[in-house]
Amino acid sequence: MTLLLYRIDDRLLHGQVVVGWGQPLDIDFIVLVDDTVATSDWEQELYRMGVPPEMQVYFLTADDAIKAIPEYRADSRRGLLLTGDIGTMRHIVDGAKIDAVNIGGIHSGTGRVQKLRYVFLSPDEERQLRDLAAQGAKVTAQDVPGARPVSLDDLLAGAELT
Amino acid sequence: MSDATGDHAELLRAIVAGHGDFANGLVSAVQQITGRGDQLIGVSVAKLCVEDIENLLRQKMIDANVRVIFTDLQAGSCTMAARRILRGMDDAVLVAGANLPMLLDYVFAEGRNAPEAARHAAERGRVAITAHGAGA
Repeated sequence: MTLLLYRIDDRLLHGQVVVGWGQPLDIDFIVLVDDTVATSDWEQELYRMGVPPEMQVYFLTADDAIKAIPEYRADSRRGLLLTGDIGTMRHIVDGAKIDAVNIGGIHSGTGRVQKLRYVFLSPDEERQLRDLAAQGAKVTAQDVPGARPVSLDDLLAGAELT
Repeated sequence: MSDATGDHAELLRAIVAGHGDFANGLVSAVQQITGRGDQLIGVSVAKLCVEDIENLLRQKMIDANVRVIFTDLQAGSCTMAARRILRGMDDAVLVAGANLPMLLDYVFAEGRNAPEAARHAAERGRVAITAHGAGA
């Protein structure tokens, strides 16, 4: 099939990804792009234990992901690409065109301001999201498939924050 | 040791953590059924990043001197965080996939240390799952 979803989620592989998106999209494999995880057997084992045995997980650095994306897009199976931060997705988009990016969860942290129930951003992260959009990626926030996607403009304006 | 008056000051305690209101919901159910909900510490992590989840759970375990943590989902953030914590805490136990029968068994554990009680409860929770009706 192809890569069906490109998601930024600081929790990486967790319930929303494996079950929330994995089941309705009938995901066969997940490409987890993180330079730290890609070089740690222990971290990989930790994440691998969280997914059902029929789901494959590939751990790549950002640079390796750029090279491998054409192959994953040509794969007959259904896949999902995941990064833990905006900067990694920005790096990937520099090297491989991506039409749409899903912001699945960026949680509270130093210097971040809440923009949505599950999205907190620093000024630098806001700029990086605008850069992603300027590179041609449609950026929306959506934690689970049943939720309404929130546009980048509404996200940055905090329009959906109640 | 507990007695007929309900004094269970020395009974085992544990952290319960998971998605949404899962943890506090289970704790309230244990309280309603047994009056022993105070043995469990419900933790909700909805807005926290991964590092903060790990720090919160570790701090709760240290503050309450608890070495057992129950979580809801194998792939969940709390489970991931707990597994990181266990890496540096040799006497602790994580049980992922918690349910109400499991916690009921745990809060009534007597004569076992916390890790033994957690493993016993995990097995009790596993066998408490049944399916009835069509397709059986």
